[in-house]
Amino acid sequence: MNSATLAEWSNAAVYASMVTLTFSLIAFAINFSARGQRGVARQSAAVSVSVGGAGATAADEERRTSPAEDLRGRRAGNIGLALAWLAFGLLLMGTTLRGIWAGRVPWGNMYEYSLSSGVAILGVYLVWSLRRDLRWLGLPIVGATLLTLGLAVTVLYTEAAQLVPALKSWWLVIHVSAAAICGGAFTFAASTAGLYLWRDRAERKDRVRGAVANLPAAAKLDLLTYRVLAFAFPLWTFAVIAGAIWAENAWGRYWGWDPKETWAFITWVIYAGYLHARSTAGWRGRRAAYIAILGWAAFLINYFGVNLFVNSLHSYAGV
Amino acid sequence: MAPAPTPPPLGAGGFLRWMWRQLTSMRIALILLFCLAVAAIPGSVLPQRGVDPVLVNAWISDAPTWGPILDRLGFFDVYAAPWFAAIYLLLFISVIGCVLPRTMHHIRALRTNPPPAPRRLTRMKEYRQFQLATSADEVLGNVEARLRSRRWRVSRGGDPQQGWVAAEKGYARETGNLVFHAALIALLIAVSYGSLFGWRGNVIVREGGGFSNTLTQYDAWGAGRMVSPDALDPFSITLTDFQVEFDRDSTQRGSPLLFEADVTVAPEPGEPTFTDAIRVNEPLSLGGAKVFLVGHGYAPQMIIRDADGRVVYDDNTIVLPQDGNQTSTGVMKAPDALPQLGFQALFLPTAAVDGVRGPHSTFPDTDDPAMFISAWIGDLGLDDGVPQSVYRLETDAMTQIGLRAIRPGEVWQLPDGVGSVEFGEIQRWASFQIAHDPGKEPALIAAGAALVGLMLSLFVKRRRVWIRATTGANGDTVVEVAALARHDETDLTDDVDAAVAAAEGRDR
Repeated sequence: MNSATLAEWSNAAVYASMVTLTFSLIAFAINFSARGQRGVARQSAAVSVSVGGAGATAADEERRTSPAEDLRGRRAGNIGLALAWLAFGLLLMGTTLRGIWAGRVPWGNMYEYSLSSGVAILGVYLVWSLRRDLRWLGLPIVGATLLTLGLAVTVLYTEAAQLVPALKSWWLVIHVSAAAICGGAFTFAASTAGLYLWRDRAERKDRVRGAVANLPAAAKLDLLTYRVLAFAFPLWTFAVIAGAIWAENAWGRYWGWDPKETWAFITWVIYAGYLHARSTAGWRGRRAAYIAILGWAAFLINYFGVNLFVNSLHSYAGV
Repeated sequence: MAPAPTPPPLGAGGFLRWMWRQLTSMRIALILLFCLAVAAIPGSVLPQRGVDPVLVNAWISDAPTWGPILDRLGFFDVYAAPWFAAIYLLLFISVIGCVLPRTMHHIRALRTNPPPAPRRLTRMKEYRQFQLATSADEVLGNVEARLRSRRWRVSRGGDPQQGWVAAEKGYARETGNLVFHAALIALLIAVSYGSLFGWRGNVIVREGGGFSNTLTQYDAWGAGRMVSPDALDPFSITLTDFQVEFDRDSTQRGSPLLFEADVTVAPEPGEPTFTDAIRVNEPLSLGGAKVFLVGHGYAPQMIIRDADGRVVYDDNTIVLPQDGNQTSTGVMKAPDALPQLGFQALFLPTAAVDGVRGPHSTFPDTDDPAMFISAWIGDLGLDDGVPQSVYRLETDAMTQIGLRAIRPGEVWQLPDGVGSVEFGEIQRWASFQIAHDPGKEPALIAAGAALVGLMLSLFVKRRRVWIRATTGANGDTVVEVAALARHDETDLTDDVDAAVAAAEGRDR
């Protein structure tokens, strides 16, 4: 296969993945708006679900749901999840082909990095969804992935080129893959934190009706956010340390307050704050959720802002 | 009647105690953390002295009102500013104030046995009850031995008819937590140590040229307070060849594919030399220092003759790149000519001229090199004793006499017969950063310890298991197993399963 065909196949796979994701998004939207798709009884057996101030028990909620609606919503969720797996496969293929085409890891510019971010966001979600029912989270996750890929193919698209010498290092693989997985996990956690805020408000006001009733209880959302960030924070710490080792090797200093480094530090400090806030009276709950979203915002500023608008040693966007 | 609440003790001692309690509270630590995050932001938006001093000066002169004010407040050197240091020092004091008492507490906990079983085990999140034919004593003996071998801390009490075993595991969570915080303090100390005892120099070397590791040879030099510049390792390096290769095909045309500096190194004067290649990402280690390749550019040979045809300047003039295509600027000064001659030069490795950008280079390699020269005559101002930059021409006391583009091998006869400029061959130069940072290994160890501690503190679960065995009316033994996690939402079924298996005399 010559390189032009490889390039076409890579682009075709990315576009096919986006089309699949669009359908997955629609399916998840139906799933989200349909009521009671979550099989409340099934999960309440394992964990005691508290619907909080709503005063309604899981059984009440289930009783209010008609079987037909229940089935439709669940089926839509399953379709969404299956399509997300398909899109993940296609995207992985597109990214891999891109790497083969360029003859290196596909992280040489922002287009390629965005593809990998899409893989990471979807990947973190799908792997986690093997362990528990996360169909309710499909909408924001697939939405975020589509947005990332949309930006990638429109604004950030670059032809494959060889790596500039500064990127020719094994640390590229280690440092960038860790950062990309963290990006996926941060996106995941920001989604669950946002949904937590929504659900929590409904529970406080005693109005757990409509789409918000489809979400897990606020306490569960909070716990899920924590679990994902408890996984992502050490990985982010590792990504920063790996970056420092690489910087020492490439630029002669391990930390130089380059804008990218500064924002990595800010992101780290915010998530450290999150972990502490969650164990501090008066900060856990809503405040902690806002901090988790703030951390994601810092990550995004670092990703888009520093690459595109700031003069940084990390400006490899190629745009 | 209840006694009236005593007011907080006034006076210096009481106030200090109150301050200390506030500072070491988690709430203040959190606020300090967020202050730290916010305080770090301006350094990523405004240019910083440590990174780009030229840009800082340009910024200040462009903003005559705010520039100097921000400068006074340290906004162009945020990470060395007193207010930034105040935040992280307060934060670290807060951390120490929190970690020390917790360490004491943890050490005590490591020496004490797990507390006895509470009376009502049924209240625990995990609770199971069953009957066994073995005696209560044997059941508890089984549990004790098996849990101990699985590295639980175990204590046992009660009497043969009704006894209990209490077991606890997961002390590594708190150990990891303490290690993490201690390692962060160690990291700060390592960074400070490195900046006190480390040094860093930059030097530009032309092909065929060299330098030795002494202070006077560096173009730029910075060192910590505890560094003695006389004690530098006496190595020297010669740049034999500098290889570059640029991308010519793809859309990222002009981006570099290869930088390689081939060097000959003499570790000490008189010692045998060796050759090596320094690339980006592949520095050369020499003693305690590392030599990094950080930049490259061109050094076109310029020969200047005065009115009599006497050579007054013959040098491979270093020109500094201004963009990715190596549009470069430089200056030549001929103080021995009479009157003195000065030249501002624009070197273009691949020359192009257009109406908008003027003369500029379109490719970083020497495909079509040209030199745009502006000639000045008059007083160079070198005799005032004020040090001048070699990259800047002071034109206050000079007049421009001509402007011309020449190519290699060409000679430009200056107007009025004041002399000539000849463009010789083109050399390359490479710039190196030589750095010695004795704090970096300790910093790496501290960072690694922090990471390990962090993972322990997040992934290890601290939990307790209680087993009570009571001899029942029919001679059977009633066994109760309960478990409790120190942190909510921990799944304890595995631990209870293990305890049940142990009570039954099984391993699993």
